[in-house]
Amino acid sequence: MARPIRILVAKAGLDGHDRGAKVIARALRDAGCEVIYTGLHQTPEQVVEAAIQEDVDGIGLSVLSGAHMTLFPRIKQLLVENGAQDIVLFGGGTIPAEDVKPLLDAGVAAVFTPGTPIAAIIDFVRRECGKRVGA
Amino acid sequence: MSVKKTKTNGQTGNGQARTPAGRTAARAAWEEQFAAGAKRPGAIDRTISDHPLQPLYGPDDVAGLDYERDLGYPGQYPYTRGIHATMYRGRLWTMRQFAGFGTAKQTNERFHFLLSQGQTGLSVAFDMPTLMGYDSDHPRALGEVGKCGVAVCTLQDMQDLMAGIDLGRISTSMTINCTAPIALAMYIVCAEEQGVPQERLTGTLQADILKEYIAQKEWIYPPEPSLRIVTDMMAYCSRHVPKWNTISISGYHIREAGSTAVQELAFTLADGFAYVEAGIAAGMDVDQFAPRLSFFFNAHSDFFEEIAKYRAARRIWARHMRERYKAKDPRSWTLRFHTQTAGCSATAQQAENNIMRVAFQALAAVLGGTQSLHTNSLDEVLALPTQKNAQIALRTQQIIAYETGVSNVIDPLGGSYYVEKLTSEMEEQAERYFERIRELGGVIPAIHAGFFQREIADASYRYQREIESGERIIVGVNEFVQEEEEQIPLLKIDREVELEQCRRVQAFRAARDPEATRAALDRLVEAAKSGANLMPHYIDCVRNKATLGEISESLVPIFGRYREPAVI
Repeated sequence: MARPIRILVAKAGLDGHDRGAKVIARALRDAGCEVIYTGLHQTPEQVVEAAIQEDVDGIGLSVLSGAHMTLFPRIKQLLVENGAQDIVLFGGGTIPAEDVKPLLDAGVAAVFTPGTPIAAIIDFVRRECGKRVGA
Repeated sequence: MSVKKTKTNGQTGNGQARTPAGRTAARAAWEEQFAAGAKRPGAIDRTISDHPLQPLYGPDDVAGLDYERDLGYPGQYPYTRGIHATMYRGRLWTMRQFAGFGTAKQTNERFHFLLSQGQTGLSVAFDMPTLMGYDSDHPRALGEVGKCGVAVCTLQDMQDLMAGIDLGRISTSMTINCTAPIALAMYIVCAEEQGVPQERLTGTLQADILKEYIAQKEWIYPPEPSLRIVTDMMAYCSRHVPKWNTISISGYHIREAGSTAVQELAFTLADGFAYVEAGIAAGMDVDQFAPRLSFFFNAHSDFFEEIAKYRAARRIWARHMRERYKAKDPRSWTLRFHTQTAGCSATAQQAENNIMRVAFQALAAVLGGTQSLHTNSLDEVLALPTQKNAQIALRTQQIIAYETGVSNVIDPLGGSYYVEKLTSEMEEQAERYFERIRELGGVIPAIHAGFFQREIADASYRYQREIESGERIIVGVNEFVQEEEEQIPLLKIDREVELEQCRRVQAFRAARDPEATRAALDRLVEAAKSGANLMPHYIDCVRNKATLGEISESLVPIFGRYREPAVI
């Protein structure tokens, strides 16, 4: 029996909208994941440090402040710099469709825009973050 | 803590005895028919907030109401039917569209556009760094400048924001909390330079710091010193800015964070009572500051539940203010409120449908007797509104006001069996929450215990599961879905805005007298230590060209920085 998937649900920047992050955290927990929630107002450095320290399989980043084009690439870059590029970075929030492709190109594994069913996020986590558990 | 009401069961509102036998027979016949009748699959017997509903309401449901005691005439205690005798026959609600993006100059252009389109008051949205006390060039502000609102970190920014607007004539609402006294100080100094004395200023600060810890989550200092800052501002304004609404006690963000309607109602009013108690504890007479407290509620999609919520809010506030806090001035009893349609109800899918959602929500706010209203734009789920979409949102209000006829009759739903019953039930449930908060030791201890945060998270998770399971239908999201979505054009905030704003702040700092700035900040710190009223010192700092970030940061060593207990 493999160990449970470990996910860091993260809020970065100054954004205080934590409704989505909390709903996802609970849903992933109910789906059998171990979930760590960073709390609000983390810097990208703090998010990556927590991810490495907690040895998570994925980071789910929630951004509703419009700062997604800054925060996602920065966190991805820090993961690479710290040799932790195998941690799957995904996320969501108020992200316009046209910003999704540049984020994917920057190494974000998946971007979930408003209205995405939670089941789709759980499927993604099991499939992509689950690879790391199996390895 | 709860306010007692006497029930007069078995009596209708006008005091006539019921004829139980006849009514019961007819009622029983209907109940039989209903039970045997068709059942629509998917029909829900609860409001969007999980409040249980009967299929029908009738005279029995309002039998306990006493018209004058529980409803009253408009403009009369307990104000259930409205706070003014004339309501919209006297004047319409203020159409106040929240706006702010990019630099002060860009937002100033939007303000002039909205005023030219018939908007009657201004409402400023600030960006995240401004709301959290960081200057635009602070490392933590990176990527956030001008995104969610306008960046205002210097007196110069405020002057540019209000350029060409007569502050003696227009009323301005500023949605800002932990840095509210700084924004007010900037506004006062800006007006002074226009030749408008602070006594003449009209407007509203949100300054509702308690709900920040509960829902919106923008803070600097812990709750206790933050409440002192708010109390200082109330005391200052009651003396020097008498027409200013000092706190806009806000349920909006509580609801957006996922609460139910009753939680929004109860937590907001509990915050209101906490400010009243803080003012009294600081030695003020309740009637000295309570008339300047106002409220801000959400208008969500469950039409009648929202209307009942506004009516219940007025009645609860009036009862508590008169009976519990012994306010004598009727203006202390009246709950005045602004409403904004529910951002969280808007969908990215088939975004044009948001126009209809907003129209129904705005109609509920008007039927609930709001004093001012912001209607969301269809694109706000993805970005700040474009000019075109902001115009449609304003036109929605104008159609309600001038075409539907709902403004012609005061409280047109008063007396509806359903609305009255729901109003009373929401009042009762709010009283139960007040009791629980009291048992926890009050609002601040309940915040430290994570009580509000957990209640809201539970409610939002329940709601989300209902959508996931398809039990609750959201058009275009989990039903009536369109595969290929057309993209709507969105407002883009250029990266150049951030760089430009950083240059402006740096130029502002370079051009001032650094000694004078330092000395003003030192005087603020001394006042914080001594317990003196901080508001004159905030104004002193602004006059001496301290920036928003410098002012906020200077008090961190004394007040500390808040860390939230992270609850999921």
